[in-house]
Amino acid sequence: MTVLTIATLTLREASRRRVLRSLAVLTVLLLTLSAWGFSRIDAEFGGLTSGEAKVAGSTVLNLVMFGYSLIAALGTAFLAGPSLAGEVESGIALAMMTRPIRRWTVLLGKWLGLVAFGSGFVAVAGVAQFLIVYLTVGYWPPHPVTGLLLLAGQTAALLTLGLLFATAISPMASGIVAVGLFGATWIAGVVGSVGEALGNPSVAQIGVVSRMLLPTDGLWRGAMNAFQDPALLAQIGTGVEESPFLSMAPLTPAYLTWAAIWTLLVLGLAALGFQRRDL
Amino acid sequence: MEAVTDSPAVWASHLRKRYRKRVAVDGVSFTVARGEVLGLLGPNGAGKTSVIKMMLGLVRPDAGEVMLLGRPNTDPRSRERVGYLPELFRYQPWLTADEVLALHVRLAGVTVSDRERRDGLGLVGLADRASDRVGGFSKGMQQRLGLAVALVARPELVVLDEPTSALDPLGRADVRDLLLSLKQRRVAVLLNSHLIGEVERVCDRVLILDRGRVAASGTLAELLGRRSLRLRLTSVNDEARSVLGSFEREDDLYTVDMPDDVPALVADLVEHGVRVHAVEPARATLEERLLDILRTHPEEHR
Ligand SMILES: Nc1ncnc2c1ncn2[C@@H]1O[C@H](COP(=O)(O)OP(=O)(O)O)[C@@H](O)[C@H]1O
Ligand SMILES: [Mg+2]
Repeated sequence: MTVLTIATLTLREASRRRVLRSLAVLTVLLLTLSAWGFSRIDAEFGGLTSGEAKVAGSTVLNLVMFGYSLIAALGTAFLAGPSLAGEVESGIALAMMTRPIRRWTVLLGKWLGLVAFGSGFVAVAGVAQFLIVYLTVGYWPPHPVTGLLLLAGQTAALLTLGLLFATAISPMASGIVAVGLFGATWIAGVVGSVGEALGNPSVAQIGVVSRMLLPTDGLWRGAMNAFQDPALLAQIGTGVEESPFLSMAPLTPAYLTWAAIWTLLVLGLAALGFQRRDL
Repeated sequence: MEAVTDSPAVWASHLRKRYRKRVAVDGVSFTVARGEVLGLLGPNGAGKTSVIKMMLGLVRPDAGEVMLLGRPNTDPRSRERVGYLPELFRYQPWLTADEVLALHVRLAGVTVSDRERRDGLGLVGLADRASDRVGGFSKGMQQRLGLAVALVARPELVVLDEPTSALDPLGRADVRDLLLSLKQRRVAVLLNSHLIGEVERVCDRVLILDRGRVAASGTLAELLGRRSLRLRLTSVNDEARSVLGSFEREDDLYTVDMPDDVPALVADLVEHGVRVHAVEPARATLEERLLDILRTHPEEHR
């Protein structure tokens, strides 16, 4: 009951703060840009029939989707900070937390609201993007729903981390640290795939370890895999593995389970931190 | 399990809190009876806000226990009938005043009609701002909203931490009326205020904190107990002075401890040739008493 009240409140906050407008502007910008880009690809290759064109199309689609996941991650991470740490800092939490409620229900409510917000954004922007790609080059990704779910999972993982930081440090810092770590694991993932391509196991290990520590990059790779043409690999064989915007393998159930456990663990830590905090 | 209704509104025992090396609260115990108005006084940094926050479960005490309305304050239900206006009063700037109240009603788990909510806003002078965003409110308006929030869920205990710090004189008068009406409805109140005149007017009992400890506590009568007599006299000679006994003098104003027989004292003075212009009973004001207590309580525990 309290959880739902707080979740609705968080959604209302997201919709009334400037975050939503900035998100909308960025998204429309990216959609327009990609529409232009895909029409160029179409003009250049005359549709997505050749292998080259498919690589180009899939890469560009994944690149654009990466843009959305970045927007979603940034948006929710910077919502999570102010939403929790900001309320503690400003004093909004004082009157609220003296109501007959437990602190973890407030945290859970905020988390649910933010996850709903992030997922909603990913769904709307993603479907709009798929339509644009379909209309310009006639390509429809093989597993759109799985891919969007994985992107939503990536957003959830990052904002959970943002919430954990928000229980300990200032609102702005929590957003910056979360997004910084997100970027770092992405780079580590790219480094790792370069290591794989070069057959250097110790460099490849970097990507594997970072994907365990913060599953955003792993989930992102799973999402890419769901968006790209499955015939791609067969047609072009190996040699493109080092591209950060193509992914060779779908996610294993074990990794998905780990990502879910990781998120719950971080959420639990955040609840513990918030419980112990002096307001 | 129903809470016992004859339990005190607040029972706090040996509260202690240190922030890093600084001891903010050092063994504070007190009770607030049902329907009682307790004034919490003390200089800045005495630990008043810390005591209030520990009481309401916002800050974890290092030691001590609190019962609110018959339940331990570790149980969220102990706060079902508690209203709180923090010293640092801020409300969701993206909500309207009425939405803030509605949110608190929902979190409190009570049902309060729209009309009642609007009446609550009217009571603090915000009736015509109900549908304005809180972000556009002045500090004083936010404090008024905070009062409405504290009162919205039909509280049996209201905790006000410097409720008039941002208010105009009119607002302060409103708060005084509000306090009197709470008192009439037998709502217990814990009031931390620097407006000692207000405290003296509405409080049944006073708790004075100094450097984290209870420096004094008691009913107003107990604290201000030493009643005295003030006389305006001229032509006072040595014999008359001995009649007065020990006194304090300020020009022709003499203050003595209240004698058993005032007319006899006056007759005695007249007999010694003293001209008596005025005689009135006097009582130390709470302010004088407070300063007295805080000053005779010097560096002993630093
Ligand atoms: N969050 C905090 N961190 C560090 N010190 C604090 C904190 N809150 C209060 N204090 C210290 O505790 C003491 C009591 O503060 P407070 O309870 O706010 O006093 P009052 O409300 O009586 O003015 C002060 O010395 C203050 O510096
Ligand atoms: Mg204070």
